[in-house]
Amino acid sequence: MTITIPEFQLASIGPWLTLTAAAIFILLLDVFTKDRKGIYPVLTLLALAVAAWQTYGLWGRVGTDFSRMVYLDNFAFFFYVIIILGAALTVLLSPRYLEEFGKNLGEYYSLVLFAAVGMLLMAASAHLIMLFLGLEIMSIAVYVLAGLFREDPRSNEAALKYLVLGAFSSGFLLFGMALLYGAAGGTLYLNELATKLSTFAALTKPLTLLGLALLLVGFGFKVASVPFHMWTPDVYEGAPTNVTAFMAVGVKAAAFAAFARVMFVAFPAFAAHWHMVVWVLAVATMTLGNVVAIAQTNIKRMLAYSSIAHAGYLLVALVAMNRLGAVSLLYYLLAYTLMNIGAFGVVILVGRKKDSYLNIYDYAGLGFQYPGLAAAMAIFMFALAGVPPTAGFVGKFYIFSAAVQAGYIWLAIIGVLNSLVSVFYYLRITVIMYMRPAEAELGPIPFTYGLTTAVALTAVATLAIGIFPGFFYDLAVTSVKIFPGLTG
Amino acid sequence: MQLPILSILIFLPLLACVPLLFLDQKQDKVLKGYTLVVSLAEFLLSLPLWFKFNEANPGMQFVERYDWLPTYGISYFVGVDGFSLLLIMLTTFLTPICVLATWEDVKFRVKEFMICLLFMMTGMIGVFASLDLFLFYVFWELQLIPMYLLIGVWGNPARRVYAAIKFFLYTMFGSLLMLVAILVLYFHHGQATGTYTFDLLKLYGLKLPFQMQFWMFLAFGLAFAIKVPMFPFHTWLPDAHTEAPTVGSVILAAVLLKMGTYGFLRFNMPLFPEAAHYFVPLFSVLAIIGIVYGALVSMVQKDLKRLIAFSSVSHLGFVMLGLFSYTVQGIQGGIIQMINHGLSTGALFLIVGCIYERRHTRMIADFGGLSTPMPIYATIFMIVTLSSIGLPGLNGFVGEFLILLGTFQVNKLYAAIGATGVIFAACYMLWMFQRVMFGEVVHEENRLLKDLSWREIGYFIPLLLFIVWIGVYPSTFLNKTKATTAQFVAMMEKAKGSQLTLSHFFKGEAR
Repeated sequence: MTITIPEFQLASIGPWLTLTAAAIFILLLDVFTKDRKGIYPVLTLLALAVAAWQTYGLWGRVGTDFSRMVYLDNFAFFFYVIIILGAALTVLLSPRYLEEFGKNLGEYYSLVLFAAVGMLLMAASAHLIMLFLGLEIMSIAVYVLAGLFREDPRSNEAALKYLVLGAFSSGFLLFGMALLYGAAGGTLYLNELATKLSTFAALTKPLTLLGLALLLVGFGFKVASVPFHMWTPDVYEGAPTNVTAFMAVGVKAAAFAAFARVMFVAFPAFAAHWHMVVWVLAVATMTLGNVVAIAQTNIKRMLAYSSIAHAGYLLVALVAMNRLGAVSLLYYLLAYTLMNIGAFGVVILVGRKKDSYLNIYDYAGLGFQYPGLAAAMAIFMFALAGVPPTAGFVGKFYIFSAAVQAGYIWLAIIGVLNSLVSVFYYLRITVIMYMRPAEAELGPIPFTYGLTTAVALTAVATLAIGIFPGFFYDLAVTSVKIFPGLTG
Repeated sequence: MQLPILSILIFLPLLACVPLLFLDQKQDKVLKGYTLVVSLAEFLLSLPLWFKFNEANPGMQFVERYDWLPTYGISYFVGVDGFSLLLIMLTTFLTPICVLATWEDVKFRVKEFMICLLFMMTGMIGVFASLDLFLFYVFWELQLIPMYLLIGVWGNPARRVYAAIKFFLYTMFGSLLMLVAILVLYFHHGQATGTYTFDLLKLYGLKLPFQMQFWMFLAFGLAFAIKVPMFPFHTWLPDAHTEAPTVGSVILAAVLLKMGTYGFLRFNMPLFPEAAHYFVPLFSVLAIIGIVYGALVSMVQKDLKRLIAFSSVSHLGFVMLGLFSYTVQGIQGGIIQMINHGLSTGALFLIVGCIYERRHTRMIADFGGLSTPMPIYATIFMIVTLSSIGLPGLNGFVGEFLILLGTFQVNKLYAAIGATGVIFAACYMLWMFQRVMFGEVVHEENRLLKDLSWREIGYFIPLLLFIVWIGVYPSTFLNKTKATTAQFVAMMEKAKGSQLTLSHFFKGEAR
């Protein structure tokens, strides 16, 4: 028997290769050199920049490669941009914060890069096994990252909790894939699943339904949707803040990329039947996230619940199941990346001295002692709450537009009422910053170039793409053209 | 090419914030002087709007349109007609006065205060000038943030945070439902005509099924009714007014509340004319309840600002009553009454601000006999009080008379009950005036109060000028709104043709 190696072009996975090579290089450098810590972040950023440049080169290509395992299309590339941006901003947040804990290690940077590779894989996978590989590459790296501060019990708890529950959910996902493999008569290619399971009879077979349900559980876990969200607050609170930012943004984006791709490509015909399930998930996720966030006094926990709520809004975009919904998903994740990483950047800056200022009341008096920092935080809070003219507002505007267009007016109403609830707790941060006198002297906040750049950049970008959303909107529109199953 | 005068008016205050950032925080007077110059420049720039406005043209003038998000049908589209012209002028006229009023009042975080004020200005003019629903919504929400900060940061320490959050959440609640309604309208227009657009003038042309109009009117109406505020959505107003700093109260009363009434005129009625006829009884009755209830509650207030706040509920009830008469007199009266309320209630809040600066209390019981130490103050206060009551010869009379005239043609009962509001107004205002100004000086500390300074007299004079001008010769202002109102009334008359009953509605439901 001869084995023929199918044709492939390495350039199609250029960004993956760059990031993998850089990750390995940093690991080796860490082993063979000493006191070179300063250059890891620079190297990481360089690798991410190269990957971004390669993505730019790939932009506009349509097709598959590696025996139809990898999609090459703008939908994937748009997610590449979001993921690379998220990783780069995370790296900017990291050095000084890790230094404080004595954990500014090469491993950290290579793990971030490995996780990013996994996320890219998920965004581009054309086959469920590829998807699973991506998910595991990402997840294992993130499990380790969550436990980076191994002397800290909370970090340990976060890592263990995430690992155990994450492994569970991966099991669900894999089992769901296995069932679908059976149901579809032996294929896991997304486009073949679509043709094999296009008829109503095939779709409503118990085997298919069970497989889909399990898939939903797996994705639901990764995007932190209710009722699979239990891990989120503990893990977000316990993990190092920069890792939390990365999880909230990157993991969510990658999981939504895969989730959306599976639904848009493999099961467009199922939309009519599964929309009620996702409708319920979306409403429950938004509502629980927002309502529970009100009761939080730890800023990281508050942002954790807020990220659950945002997963709910993003699910609304999936319920709509139309072209505008897909566009809004892309735009919202980009906006969310900017505003959320920005907010976590401020949390790191205010946290200081090994995270000793994480209570929301520690922000009292910030407004007038550090006007720039407070203004940035206010922008992020208003953006997360969806107040114009920020990117958060435009994102929500698109999402609810999609819901209305698809005829889900009640869902849109529940969504906007949820935004109202969220205004309360986001507004509270600005209340504390501007309207409460500082209880004690705030003390100096150690600004570093990386952190200042990240916060300033995200704040400006949050406003800029909120006021001029045209460019990214049009980009997102071209990115979702590849889904023929979507209407509108 | 014509000068883009509206864009300049909208964005000049925003741009003027940038140099403000680099001025020294400690130089109070420089910061205030700078803001004063900006707001005066803004007022001067708005004058051509007034003088070049073509009174015979009922449509939009000074129109500017640029693509903003063309693939989505969103454009930057601004213009003024007879309805918005007066309100924009009111805004630019009042802002310099507000800056002057902060001179001694605001001592804390002056720079941030001035930035908020300029931001407000952009938001307010933007709301009145927008002809694109998306743009309108952005400005509508944008002006929430600076007002929220004004109340929350510079308000009364005791309850400012509560009032600020209440203000923000109430208004946001209404506007979010409006957002959904805007989207429904957008997609309906797109599906019906094939062009997806947020252009208000194009959306006017849409013929909506009645059932849809019904719900949309309620969704838009809720947002505006909260803002007006109509009974029973008024509860945020007394808190916001009482806790806000003087200037915050002035802007809130004079301009922000008008956004609600303006919203009904600009959006609710022309977009959903049949529903607008259908809802006349409901909204008229709510307006009348507001008139009477606001007046009665005013009577028992102990706090001057709270009293004026409730009187606003009553006055704006008049405005709503006039608008919902769909007669030329009623609507013109409503618009004039919006301006009147802006002038006289704005002036009342400034008057309260003057004694609050001196005595740090607003309780009626803490005063009495103030006319002895403060004769100039007493004179100004008297004129403004009479204007607020609606004494013939002053502005309030013109507005209320026209409104009642318009309402009387449609429904005599509404007009009769509404007219009692005028009497109640005389009761609570004069009684308040008597308790504060007349009689013996009861509290020793009031005996030494200083009368108004030249600066304070300076900002009251323009207000008094217009209070008398509108009262004596309202045609100057009525003429500006005449053509637009006539067109509006004709349009509403046409929509009346189809008899609307409940059964009509349920037929719509079945379809």
